[in-house]
Amino acid sequence: MARAIVELHGCTRDFGAVRAVDGLELTVDEGEFLSLLGPSGCGKTTTLNLVAGFVEPTAGRILIDGEDVTGRPPHARGLGVVFQSYALFPHLSVFENVAFGLRERRAPETEIHRRVAEALALVRLDPHGRQRPGQLSGGMQQRVALARALVYRPRVLLLDEPLAALDKRLREEMRGELREIQRSVGITTVFVTHDQTEALSLSDRIAVMHRGRIEQLAAPREIYERPATRFVADFIGGSSVLRGRAIARDRVELVPGLTLRVEAQPLPMGQAVELAIRPERVGVGLRGGGEADAEAVGGRIVALTYLGAQTEVSVELAGGQRVLGLVAEPAPTPLAVSQPVSLTLPPDAFIVLE
Amino acid sequence: MIGRVVIALLVAFMTLPTVVVVIASFNPTAIMSVPPAGLSLRWYVNALTYPQFRRAAVNSLVATAAAALLALPIGTAAALALERGRLRARNLWTTLLLSPLVVPGVAAGLGFLILAAALGLLRSRTVLVAAHVALVLPFVARSVWVSVRNLDPTLERAAASLGATPWRTFRRVTLPLLRPGLIAGFLFAVVVSANEFVVSLFIVNRVTEVLPVAMFTYVVNYTDPTIAAISSLFIAATVTIVWLTDRFVGLAAVFRLDR
Repeated sequence: MARAIVELHGCTRDFGAVRAVDGLELTVDEGEFLSLLGPSGCGKTTTLNLVAGFVEPTAGRILIDGEDVTGRPPHARGLGVVFQSYALFPHLSVFENVAFGLRERRAPETEIHRRVAEALALVRLDPHGRQRPGQLSGGMQQRVALARALVYRPRVLLLDEPLAALDKRLREEMRGELREIQRSVGITTVFVTHDQTEALSLSDRIAVMHRGRIEQLAAPREIYERPATRFVADFIGGSSVLRGRAIARDRVELVPGLTLRVEAQPLPMGQAVELAIRPERVGVGLRGGGEADAEAVGGRIVALTYLGAQTEVSVELAGGQRVLGLVAEPAPTPLAVSQPVSLTLPPDAFIVLE
Repeated sequence: MIGRVVIALLVAFMTLPTVVVVIASFNPTAIMSVPPAGLSLRWYVNALTYPQFRRAAVNSLVATAAAALLALPIGTAAALALERGRLRARNLWTTLLLSPLVVPGVAAGLGFLILAAALGLLRSRTVLVAAHVALVLPFVARSVWVSVRNLDPTLERAAASLGATPWRTFRRVTLPLLRPGLIAGFLFAVVVSANEFVVSLFIVNRVTEVLPVAMFTYVVNYTDPTIAAISSLFIAATVTIVWLTDRFVGLAAVFRLDR
C-alpha cells in the first residue's frame, strides 16, 4: 500500500457565489504522477492552489505527508510549484533564480553552488546560469522554472499547465523530458492541464474534473477506454454519445426501426441508456457498396473536417442523432456533404454511460 | 509640413522665456537686455557669493532631501495599499492620492501657516518639510503605483512557494521590481519640492527661507542680472534631474495616467 502524500478531504472553495471546488476527495500517493484534467473553469487550478496554499478552502482539510496544513501559508508548506507563465524573477540571474529556495532555507554557500549546478544539469542547462531569464527562449525558461522548483527537494511538485505556453513541437519534447525527470527524481507530482494528450501520456492516474468535482479518477487507459460519465466520454477523445432505450439485454433502440447491438454489461431492460463510441471505432462506408453487413446503419454526411492524415466525418442517423467517424486520407472515394453512407458500429465498441 | 511649423512655434513659445533668462544672465551691464551688450560671468559670481542665496540654497537642499526621503516610503505604502488593500471606494482614494493638489497654492500655504501657528511651530522647519511631503506625495505615489500595476503577482506567489515569508518576498522580489517607479518618484519629488514657491512663502522666515523664496525677495529689491544668473543655475539643475529621470526609467512611464 503506497503512502498518501497529498490528501484533500471534503475540500470546498467558493469565490463569491461561484463554487470553484465542491467537496473534493483526492489522495495522491508517494511518487505518483497525477493529472487534474478538465476544461477551463472546472476547478483544477483552484485545486492546485488549495494544495499550494495560495487559496484557502471554504471547508475541508488538506494533508501533506500526513500533516494537516490547512491554514498554513504557502512559504511554510515546502512544495515546489511551476507556473504556466514560468514566473521567473526578471531581476535575478538564472543561477540566483534556482538558488532562491536554497537561500530562503539558509543553505551554506558551497552547498548552494553544488545543488544549483546539479539542478541545472538535470534540466540540461548551462550549470553557470549567468544569463537573465529574459535572454532565454520559452523552453529554456520552463527548464529553469523546473530546476528552481526541484532544487530544494520538495515533498510534492505542483505543475500548473507548464507546457501550455510552448509551441507544439517544443511542448512534445518537454513532455517527454518532464516525465523522465519526474521518474528519475521520483517526486510526487500533481499536474494541471486541459490537454488530454498531455494527461494521457504523462500520468499514472488522471482525475477528470467538471464543475468543481471529480468525474472520474483512474489510470489513463481506463479513462480512455471506459469513461464513466457522459462528460468524460465527450471530453476525452471526442466520443459520440447516442441516446436510446434498451429493448433487450443487448439491444438499444434509438428510434423505431433503428436498433444497435451492444456487447457490454447486460442492459437495464426498458430503460433509457446512453452509449458512447469513439470515432476511430466507427467504420464509414459508401452506401450500396456491396457490403451486406447486418450491423451497418444508414446515415447521411452532415459535416467533413479535413485533418491531414484523416478526415473527420459527422454522420446523421435516422432520428437526427449524430455519430463522428474517421476516414483515413487519401480516401478511397471522395466524400461530400449530404452523401448517404453506411456506418459499421461494432457491438463491442460501445461504452454504456452511467 | 504645417504640423512641423505648428510644433516648432509651440516649442518656441514654451521655451523662449527660459532662453531669454539664460541669455540675459551673461550681460556685462546691470541692465537685463536681450541681446546682451557683451558676455560676462560677473552676475554668476555675484549670485554664488550672495550670503542669503547661500543660506537659502542650504535650506532648500535640507528641505527637499527630507521631503523626498520621507515621501518615498509613504508614497510606496500608499501605492501598495491602493492597489492591493481591501478598500471601499478604491477609485475615490486613488483619485485623491494620485492627483497633484488642485486647490490654489495660496490657500494651501495659508492652511499650513494656520496649522503651524496653532501647533506653536511657526519658526520650525518641520512644517516646511511636512508641507513639501504633502505636495510631492501624489507624484511619488503615482510613479510607484504604475510599477505596482506592472508587477506580476505570480512572481510573489512563486517566491512564497520557494519558502520566502511575506517580508522576505517584499525584500527580495517586490521592492527590486518596483525600482524604476521608486527612482522616478524620488527624482520627481526632488524637482517638485525644489521648485515649490507659493506654499513655502507662507511658512518660512528669513532664516528658514528656501531658494525660490530668496529669489523672489531679491527681485522685489534689486533689478540686476544676478537673478537671471541664479535662475539659469536653477534651470540647469532641474534639467539635469529630469534628464536623469528620463535616462533611468523614461518619463512616459511616469506620466502614464491611464488605468
